[in-house]
Amino acid sequence: MNLLRSLFARDTGGTILLALLGLAAVLVPICNLALDPGTPLHVSTYTMALLGKYLCYALLAIAVDLVWGYLGILTLGHGAFFALGGYAMGMYLMRQIGARGVYGNPVLPDFMVFLNWQHLPWFWHGFNWFWFAALMVLLVPGLLALVFGWFTFRSRVSGVYLSIMTQALTYALMLAFFRNEMGFGGNNGLTDFKEILGFPLQADTTRAGLFVASALALAGGYLGCRHITGSRLGRVCRAIRDQEDRVRFLGYRVEDAKLWVFTFSAMLAGIAGALYVPQVGIINPTEFSPLASIEIVVWVAVGGRSTLYGAVIGALMVNYAKSFLTAAMPDAWLFCLGALFVLVTLFLPDGVAGLLRRRKRATTGTAPVLPAAPGETRP
Amino acid sequence: MTMLESMRSYMRRDQVFEFLIPDTPPDLDLSHGMILYLEGITVSFDGFVAIDNLNLYIRDAELRCIIGPNGAGKTTMMDIITGKTRPDSGSAWFGQQINLLRLSEPEIARAGIGRKFQKPTVFGHHTVFENLELAMAGERGVWSTLAARLDGEQRDRIDEILALIGLQELVRVRAGALSHGQKQWLEIGMLLAQNPRLLLVDEPVAGMTGQEMERTAELLTSLAGTHTVVVVEHDMDFVRSIARTVTVLHQGSVLAEGSMDEIQNDQRVIDVYLGD
Repeated sequence: MNLLRSLFARDTGGTILLALLGLAAVLVPICNLALDPGTPLHVSTYTMALLGKYLCYALLAIAVDLVWGYLGILTLGHGAFFALGGYAMGMYLMRQIGARGVYGNPVLPDFMVFLNWQHLPWFWHGFNWFWFAALMVLLVPGLLALVFGWFTFRSRVSGVYLSIMTQALTYALMLAFFRNEMGFGGNNGLTDFKEILGFPLQADTTRAGLFVASALALAGGYLGCRHITGSRLGRVCRAIRDQEDRVRFLGYRVEDAKLWVFTFSAMLAGIAGALYVPQVGIINPTEFSPLASIEIVVWVAVGGRSTLYGAVIGALMVNYAKSFLTAAMPDAWLFCLGALFVLVTLFLPDGVAGLLRRRKRATTGTAPVLPAAPGETRP
Repeated sequence: MTMLESMRSYMRRDQVFEFLIPDTPPDLDLSHGMILYLEGITVSFDGFVAIDNLNLYIRDAELRCIIGPNGAGKTTMMDIITGKTRPDSGSAWFGQQINLLRLSEPEIARAGIGRKFQKPTVFGHHTVFENLELAMAGERGVWSTLAARLDGEQRDRIDEILALIGLQELVRVRAGALSHGQKQWLEIGMLLAQNPRLLLVDEPVAGMTGQEMERTAELLTSLAGTHTVVVVEHDMDFVRSIARTVTVLHQGSVLAEGSMDEIQNDQRVIDVYLGD
């Protein structure tokens, strides 16, 4: 109880976020399942799946904010961890199809039958169990981040060079996953899922369950990140972001802190991907595309860096805009995204969260303890 | 017979296998009264020789001032001691046992060498209190910092340091908002919190008023005796007020060493530095 109180004491934005999440996790499924489609408060299954998808994106955005906003690592490849988590879940869902596929093979997924494969590749074994897939959702992105981070942080690659390497990482994975020989369905990816844990994926109740799971995962991810950023480790991280060398001379091993926080963040992204796939019903290599990873950074920038809840706001706002605009004016979306990034960087360096905080200060009349010194800039 | 001999060579009781020797640096051994040995250190950057066969010995618990014209290699010397720069040749030992050239920056810091930079480098987005907390001696691992809480003793220590550096009123202020002089003090406070055996202090009084300078001098002299303090400073009045032994660096090596009076009367020093 004490822990909870101290967690909420100085985090109004986060408290509101968690309250809204809790409310949504209860109300949205009720409005979908219990209300008649004719009533005005009814939430269609399509909307619920869309909202669930946004929540997964929000979890991904939090993971990026943790490493970008608090550790100063501008990752342009977090989509890779998201997609790997998604593929692990996708492989489980593929195995659940069983003999109901087009070719009716009880073991091999359709695309393998199509490619004339006789046996299940070794890395597909075990994915018929949910617990194994769930473990892989955490382990595969986590291990990749651990190995990648171990090499890059130890050789003190940072700044733009690190960003480019993360970008290269996700691009390389995209090219690999596009190949049919890799055994992940090539450019079609994995789709045609039937059921998860025995529940049919098309059923409204399953959809509602996935929505609630996404909301819980987002809340849990938020609390986990809050726990890190509120600890001394979090203060060490922010110190690394601002003055990496100075932290070394204080006796902290910068590489270790970076490595473990980066790995944790990759695992969160993996969870987000795993919840995303059953809700959208497909995972393919475009999730690895560098553009997708850059988009995540835009969400965080729009919402506001180093606040965590800002990342959630950004992910929800930008994705709502995307859903709306890609339907209304499909060609305009990319221009809008670019313009949004430029405008936010120029006029809202602290994003929407920064705007909210400034508004709050203006209305309550409480000035911050002291204004920042002139000439002080954020890295 | 040969087999027995080779067995014996592997089983010698007076030796330990290399891989069995722990990685952690041994404790600081000051049995000969010297805390820092720099011998034959040479560093060059792209052909420019910054440090040229430098030999410098610092006794335990002394207060040493290092002066010298710009480009004499003072900051580079500190970079070598703290592990930021690796020399081309030479050796650097901390006490009798710790080879500084084989340790990384954090390891050197944990072995007991603290550094204050020329330009005050505090964490601008952290409060004054958080800056001191981060510097506070203690566990440095990832997992232990995740669970770390300040205990009462550490809190008292921070309060003590705050009183000493005169920033009690500004505990909750972000360090980036402090004035230049206050940042200097905060960084000195961080050094105190870190509680190193050897303090390397680079230009501590730059940007301080006369009164603040006096306080700094007082603080540094009071630290000597329990700590070893090496001060690099340009301000000759300040050096005169604290110095017992002064080392003059010139073109990367030691030009003269002695008491302030000896230095001031040394013709070579007058020629290159004190002169005009």
